[in-house]
Amino acid sequence: MNRVYQIVLKEWAEVFKNRFVLFTVAFLPILAAALPLGILYAINSSPDFVTDIGEDIPAGFAALCNNLTGEECAQYFLISQFILLFMLLPLAIPITIASYSIIGEKTTRTLEPLLATPITTAELLGGKAAAAVIPGVTATWMAYLALVIGAALMDVGPGVMDRLLDPFWLTAVFVVGPLLALTGVSVAVIVSSRATDPRTAEQTSMLVFLPIMAVFFAQLAGLILIDARLVLLIALGLIAVDAVLLAVAVQLFQRENILTRWK
Amino acid sequence: MIRIEGLTKRFDDITAVENLDLEIRPGEVFGFLGPNGAGKTTTLRMLGALIKPTSGTAQVAGYRLGEDDQALRRNVGILTEAPGLYDRLSAARNLSFFAHMYGVDDVDGRVERYLKLLGLWERRSESVGTFSRGMRQKLAIARAMLHEPTVLLLDEPTTGLDPEAARLVREFIEGLRDEGRTIVLNTHNLDEADRLCDRIGVLNTRLLALDTPAALRREVFGRKVVFHLADLRPEFEATVANFPFVDAVESIDAKLVVTLDDPENQNPAIIAALVSAGAQLQFVGEIRQSLEEVYLRLMSKEGAEPERGDAP
Ligand SMILES: Nc1ncnc2c1ncn2[C@@H]1O[C@H](COP(=O)(O)OP(=O)(O)OP(=O)(O)O)[C@@H](O)[C@H]1O
Ligand SMILES: [Mg+2]
Repeated sequence: MNRVYQIVLKEWAEVFKNRFVLFTVAFLPILAAALPLGILYAINSSPDFVTDIGEDIPAGFAALCNNLTGEECAQYFLISQFILLFMLLPLAIPITIASYSIIGEKTTRTLEPLLATPITTAELLGGKAAAAVIPGVTATWMAYLALVIGAALMDVGPGVMDRLLDPFWLTAVFVVGPLLALTGVSVAVIVSSRATDPRTAEQTSMLVFLPIMAVFFAQLAGLILIDARLVLLIALGLIAVDAVLLAVAVQLFQRENILTRWK
Repeated sequence: MIRIEGLTKRFDDITAVENLDLEIRPGEVFGFLGPNGAGKTTTLRMLGALIKPTSGTAQVAGYRLGEDDQALRRNVGILTEAPGLYDRLSAARNLSFFAHMYGVDDVDGRVERYLKLLGLWERRSESVGTFSRGMRQKLAIARAMLHEPTVLLLDEPTTGLDPEAARLVREFIEGLRDEGRTIVLNTHNLDEADRLCDRIGVLNTRLLALDTPAALRREVFGRKVVFHLADLRPEFEATVANFPFVDAVESIDAKLVVTLDDPENQNPAIIAALVSAGAQLQFVGEIRQSLEEVYLRLMSKEGAEPERGDAP
């Protein structure tokens, strides 16, 4: 356990000295909290804005608004759009950290001396994964907390507050978030074992965000409705995906493979 | 301390090391010599349980490869081909991280000891990215020593160092030998191998020769004695060549260079013959063959097997 802890400390000491990483880890959560709050603020100060978008809300979504006022429904709809950003956070942060960390070790050629120590594959992968997942998940939760507190302070109306704290958001942030973080790390590990440039690895790994965007845009187009049940289904699917990805990552992290098969 | 039996490593269609048999004694400094792509690094990696042999096995520091590799790794220190240091971290942080990985008890004490031993203590807080090649190499050597292993595997410890740094590293290695550690080193520096190693293995996928540096010279070349004469007349060469035990005679400037097996017993007869033929002998001495010549001779006998490219 001490080795995992030491790896996490070492990763953070190293990777946060990189300004790209620091930017992603600091900037994305601020954006995720500030954007919806800014929009809520705009709505609160100009009520006309609400009636305008009221007409654009997909019919399926309006059904979710059963006992909300028209204004609350519009606010809720707008905030719901930002769930996408909250799903980007736990994916992007671990991907960035893991890509820079692993390709960093490749360029400095530190993996070989590290593998000469009596470290196990599980400790090495566990340490790297924890170092990437913890900031991703923490940042997501902090941003969500900031959004909830900010919305409460702004007096958005009890209907919206209830929705921000309903199972849909809670499952998304607290269940899907960590699962996505795990997906991000596993994908980044796999991609980084083949890549030589951290930016490329990061961008390639971010392709896993496409299916999530697809689900989201399907809702905007009124094709599906993202509710708590769908979020839960996504979570179950992610568990299966993560298990497979992790198994591949563990295989790639065998000493022999790292030293002879990685590029 | 190290017993290698039929060790073989193949990468897809390349055979990097073939059927290596070798025993390295406790406290010995053993050197692998060989051209690029000869399998030296591959051999060290197998001995450090970093990669698995395709076939054959080895016992290192009392542990057989593949049986308790973690215990083996705890008792072996490796200096890898590239120093492999975290550039953004300080020298001390680099070492303390590895000390934790090796499960060293007194991390700070051990880090301090080896930073001081290698003359890096003053610069312990600077990030390694600012270090010179030599300082990095010293830090990497310190890292290989942190857990005080009984067996040390050093891949080209002085390559890329200036003469002074190389000498410091060599002296450090001599110190390790005096402490009774077993050391295997890869080198391209024949002079270094000659001075530092108790025995040398010339490797080119297979082990071509194995002996002490002095014996290797003798085996490959025989011994050469040079006779300095005040004036060299052509008949002197014939006088010497007449002896059945003389393998070869060359005349160079005013000197006769004679190849024979046993100068201690054969020289007196040659000297007597030369003197009675009227030669004025000034000096007699033995030529010490450089290991480089031995090495090049071995390689050309090998049929100049083509280099198969560097390791990745
Ligand atoms: N991971 C690998 N995959 C494929 N071939 C490899 C791999 N590692 C080494 N080889 C091959 O094995 C052979 C031996 O390489 P090795 O690095 O052991 O040589 P070396 O004696 O250390 O050479 P050098 O003096 O250049 O360091 C080479 O032909 C090399 O190309
Ligand atoms: Mg090598």
